[in-house]
Amino acid sequence: MLTVERLSKNFDVHILGDKRIAGCRQISFEVNEGEFVALSGPSGAGKSTILKCLYRTYLPTEGKVRYQNQEGKEVDLARADERTVIDLRHREIGYVSQFLEVVPRVPALEVVMEPMLSRNGTNPEEAREQAEELLRSLMIPESLWDAYPATFSGGEQQRINIARALGWQPRLLLLDEPTASLDRDSVAIVLNLLKELRQRGTTMVGIFHDKNVMRATADRVISVGTARKESHV
Amino acid sequence: MNPLLKARNLTKLFGKGCSQCLEQTGPDQETNLCPRCGTVVACADVSFDLYPNEVLGIVGESGSGKSTLVRMTHFEWEATSGELYLSKDVLPENLARQLADEDDPYTQNLLTLSSFQQRQVRNALMGMVYQNPYLGLRMNVSSGGNIAERLLGAGWRHIGKMRDRAASLLEKTEISPARMDEPPKNFSGGMQQRVQIAKALSNNPQLLLLDEVTTGLDLSVQARVLDLIRSLQREFQLSLLVVSHDLGVINLLCTRTMVMKYGRTVEAGLTDQILQDPQHRYTQLLVASRL
Repeated sequence: MLTVERLSKNFDVHILGDKRIAGCRQISFEVNEGEFVALSGPSGAGKSTILKCLYRTYLPTEGKVRYQNQEGKEVDLARADERTVIDLRHREIGYVSQFLEVVPRVPALEVVMEPMLSRNGTNPEEAREQAEELLRSLMIPESLWDAYPATFSGGEQQRINIARALGWQPRLLLLDEPTASLDRDSVAIVLNLLKELRQRGTTMVGIFHDKNVMRATADRVISVGTARKESHV
Repeated sequence: MNPLLKARNLTKLFGKGCSQCLEQTGPDQETNLCPRCGTVVACADVSFDLYPNEVLGIVGESGSGKSTLVRMTHFEWEATSGELYLSKDVLPENLARQLADEDDPYTQNLLTLSSFQQRQVRNALMGMVYQNPYLGLRMNVSSGGNIAERLLGAGWRHIGKMRDRAASLLEKTEISPARMDEPPKNFSGGMQQRVQIAKALSNNPQLLLLDEVTTGLDLSVQARVLDLIRSLQREFQLSLLVVSHDLGVINLLCTRTMVMKYGRTVEAGLTDQILQDPQHRYTQLLVASRL
């Protein structure tokens, strides 16, 4: 479903005298439909950079990201025009990071419901039920459902983040340390939810700082290069 | 999906202009003032597409040409050159017939229309909200009267119906209809901005142009106006052109963003990419300057 070919990303920082920071270098791997692949490597090796290139938050410098969409058509995510990327993000590709990035002043329940409403076209009652079920299974107390996530603890925010990302059942889900700020019980719950999502057909590419978590969830581990190098252009 | 609006090579010069104006100005030259003839190149060769139900951001410092771009799109300022096309689907039938060939999905270049026709297009589908409410509102006329004025322009005639419409619009923008007979000069800055939004929405526009609408407002008031814009955009499936120098506003509202400097587009892309992986020197400086 996904073929990454010699993907490289450099950051040319003009305001630091054209300093060039290498993000990732010549990365190649494949992900089959339904697979759960983990990226592994030392801090600074460029794992997050790869995920952000796949989601196109970063513009890849070189290489290809060949993605087979739902209709079986191939799209090079590294070069696709913005409207295509927006469309894929809306219909097929999800991304969840270790930080909650949601619109401020929206209650937790709505944060989780929103992608189901806008992306799956689920009717509001059904979306509400599914969102409540997710929040309940993630142990978010009911008293917080109508509060703004910005005021929550780190672990709670992270669980809202996960609920939002899982709720709409994307076709491909990119996970950047989704369990980083969770206690052990929450991690187990999240892993269970990921397992369920996989059974429903979602393909996943993830980064996990905890080796045990990684081994417990992923089908396959891909090692990513060595530490970051800097140079001047 | 096809764009709702296509802008091509919009250019606006203030001054007599010469053959060197475009070469001698821009982000590389670090000026928008032509050294040879003294013409100000406010906007040069700027193109963009705006899609239905899309929010497109235009970010840049003051003097970068972003307001000029919006004023040209709104037919307030005559472009020196350039083209502007609207999708025929969004125009009322009689206008669509006048402005487009039968088999062409887009209108002719709107910038070459007569000012009467431009006014018709504007009344049919555009709304504009200015940073300065004095530009968008008559401060001494009642708030309801301000809205009625636009409704008259769009062909409304029944006073009772106009009052009802004004009351419902003010309610949508969180102004108590009980205050509709008061002039905006009695209102706070945030309220004035909300009356302006109500007025801009009165003709059911498909396209809403927002020029630094929250600049200068208190933070809490700013948040309320932005939340209002977000919910209106969703409710009415509006296409928005959002001009701001504030990356926070852009991040909150826009899916795609254009960055302008010295009258040129220096970079355009997905908003999260612009903010996390800016390519141009100026955008990098802008992002690094965030509080």
